[in-house]
Formats: sequence, C-alpha cells, structure tokens
Amino acid sequence: MSSVRVLVGTRKGAFILTSDGKREKWEVSGPHFAGWEMYHLKGSPVDPNRIYASQCSGWFGQMIQRSNDGGKTWDPVGNKFVYDGVAGTHQWYDGTPHPWEFKRVWHLEPSLTDPDSVYAGIEDAALFHSTDGGVNWQELPGLRGHGSGPHWTPGAGGMCLHTIILDPGNPQRIYIAISAAGAFRTDDGGKTWKPINRGLHSLHIPNPTAEVGHCVHHVAMHKSRPNTLFMQKHWDVMRSDNAGDSWQEVSGNLPTDFGFAIDIHAHEPDTIYVVPIKSDSEHFPLDGKLRVYRSRTGGNEWEPLTKGLPQSDCYVNVLRDAMAVDTLDSCGVYFGTTGGQVYASADAGDSWAPVVRDLPGVLSVEVQTLS
Amino acid sequence: MIRVVLPPHLRTLAKVSGDVELEVTGTPTQRSVLDALEARYPMLLGTIRDHVTQQRRPFLRFFACEGDLSHESPDAPLPDAVASGTEPFFIIGAIAGG
Repeated sequence: MSSVRVLVGTRKGAFILTSDGKREKWEVSGPHFAGWEMYHLKGSPVDPNRIYASQCSGWFGQMIQRSNDGGKTWDPVGNKFVYDGVAGTHQWYDGTPHPWEFKRVWHLEPSLTDPDSVYAGIEDAALFHSTDGGVNWQELPGLRGHGSGPHWTPGAGGMCLHTIILDPGNPQRIYIAISAAGAFRTDDGGKTWKPINRGLHSLHIPNPTAEVGHCVHHVAMHKSRPNTLFMQKHWDVMRSDNAGDSWQEVSGNLPTDFGFAIDIHAHEPDTIYVVPIKSDSEHFPLDGKLRVYRSRTGGNEWEPLTKGLPQSDCYVNVLRDAMAVDTLDSCGVYFGTTGGQVYASADAGDSWAPVVRDLPGVLSVEVQTLS
Repeated sequence: MIRVVLPPHLRTLAKVSGDVELEVTGTPTQRSVLDALEARYPMLLGTIRDHVTQQRRPFLRFFACEGDLSHESPDAPLPDAVASGTEPFFIIGAIAGG
C-alpha cells in the first residue's frame, strides 16, 4: 500500500510526518537537528531513501545533512560553499556595491535521475551543484556572471536563490528564481542564463517592467507540461506558457494577490493552489481567515478552500517553500505555517485537517509518495 | 593532551559526549588546537572558523583559565595550564539575541 512521508523544516529542527495512503493517522518523528534552523529537506525522486537537508545556525553556520535510510539516520556531508573566482559585488539596500557573501542554503533540489546529484540555492544568490551526494559543491558561475549580477538587490528576507526547477523533458534546462532579482533560465545545463521576467510588473522598483529586479516569491511547474510555469510574485500571480519567455497575470478574483507559496495538483496541470496573504506590510491572511485558493482553470478563476482551516483570529504566514503535493490518486495537498501548524488535505483541498499544531515556525514542507 | 569543551550543538554534530582530548605537537595555539580538532572531526569544518579566511565565526568565543582569548592571535601560545591539560580550552556559543 502506498504511504506518504512529509519532510518539515522549521526554525528549531526538522520533523518527519508519515501516514498510510488514507492520510488520516500520522506518526511524527523529531525534532531532528533540534535547535537548528532547517530551511529545506528534499528527497531524491529516484531513491526516496536519499534525503538532503539544509541545517544552519547564526552561531555555527551551514551544514548539509544526508540520509540514506529515509530520514532515520543522518550524516553531515559537505558545507563548503565558495563562490567561483572573484566573488565581486551586488547592490546593497542603499544602492552601494556590497561583496557577495555566503549566508545559508535556502533550497536543495535533487536530480531527477541521479541520487548523488543535487543542486543548492544559496544566499547571497548563487546556484551550486554537487555530483557526489553533497560532499563537494561547485558554483555554476554563469548565473551570477550574467551581466545583471552587480545590480541584483536583496529582498527583505535576504538575497536568496529559493527556487530551482529541473525540466523533466530536457536535462539542459533549469529554472531558478531569486529575491529580488527575478526568474532565470538556462538551456545549456547551467553554463549561460537569461532573465525570464517579461510581463512582470513590479511597482516597488524604479522601472516596473525592468529585465531584472522583480521579487519573485516562488515558481511551480507540472512535470507533464514543462513549458507552463506558475509564479507567485511579491504581488501578482502569473502564468507563462512559453518557458518563461513571457508572463500574463492570472490573479483574477483572488481577494489579495500577495503571497509566497504556489503549487500544482499532481494530476491536473491546470489546478493551482495559492495562499493569499494580506499585504507586504501585513504578512498574515486577510480578515484572520486562513484560506487556500484553488483555480481549476490555470488561473483567473479562484475558489476559497476553507473546510477545516481556521476562519477567525488566524494571523500566521505560509512561506514560499512550505506547500507541497503528493501523487496519490486523490491528490494530497500540504502546507505549514509560521505558527507551527502543518495542514493536510487528502481530497485535493476540499477539506483540511492539522497533522500537527505546535511545531516551531515552519520554513518548508516537501512530500514523498512511497509505494 | 589538550582538553577542548565544545558547545552542545557541536558535540551533537561531532557525535561526542563530554570533553574532547587532542594530541597537539609543538607549542599549542588556537590554530594548532583547531587544526587538530577539525582533523579528528571533519564535520566541524566551517562551524568554528570560516572555511576560507579561517576567521573565528562572529558568535563564537574562546575561553581558558577564566580569560577570553577570542581576540588573541591564533598563533599565540595557549596558557601553560591548557597546554598541560590541567585547564580546558572552551569553545563557547556567545549569548546573542537576548
């Protein structure tokens, strides 16, 4: 029988939630790496026992942990992230040049074909790759080497490369997104990159339609349709049907189009989920009601999903990497909140129930569907 | 024999309990003690001092013999009591953030 394993990264450790395919009863293990910030955990698509985790601390810096047994035991692997060549500068908040400095790993993206191959998105924004299971890391310097690099600026959360999407049909194509530089694509395995921000409109930058500078919060792709991307931008939910070459807004009837998380139904590539957040100055749900919004039409027409979610006095946030879906026949949807709740829906969002309520603030949620 | 006391998170990371005992050849210094520590426990590389610059991480301190050695030269000899193993070399996570 199938089962699911939910990997939860929090501000004070990692937790692993497991259930059978019914997704009614859950076992909770953790905290793993208690007391450490766990920005992201993700399993290899080709070897679900292989899981990578980003562990960091203001005191002790960055660790990468690796499990070869589905999260039962872990070993630290390589934590040396050194920029290629002369690191150079990017633009600081006050407009002055600022040296590129490694701070942490925000996102780990295991290869679709090789469990020893994994990408890391870091702050200050750069993309690293390991081909030996996370022991050694090399920068793909073409991204920062894009001519716009010196003009990238940090968002409020830091200048982080937080989204990495590998194209299942084209191993040479990778999408990434950076706050606050925007989205980029490579078609040659990471040697060269181009900004893919045409159609984005951001009022918080001097030129609202600039080639770079957009605060992209997250991007999602369905594996059956790799040229179609959905984006939750700082404000605006966007869609591209040409691999990011151009974008159209699909916020439609959302009550607010600010937010962080966005994901896609495992079996319906036009069914999208977002969690609208009131605004960039008030990072909590509108009217104190925690509502996931679902579009079954690829955007523009959205319905609130509220059954089982708090509909009063709720002032949590849902961060960019804190939503995921499983691939069971009835698609499961999961998200974690800064208030420490992890909610699960076993019916594609129609109804929800908390798996846990009192974890530390949730930074990331990933799901493994196990057979 | 040099005794090193690690902060709890680094003990967990290194999978040790209690003090760490290290053999250091020559006159022990911060650098030679940390080199020996990292050689024995390579998972601690980068957690106490930067991989490239070898600078002490900002929120860590080095104490010994009721003194703060954090701002001493990494190549200065450690106190005799540390060199003889009578007193430990403490690696401390600074109280930061309230």
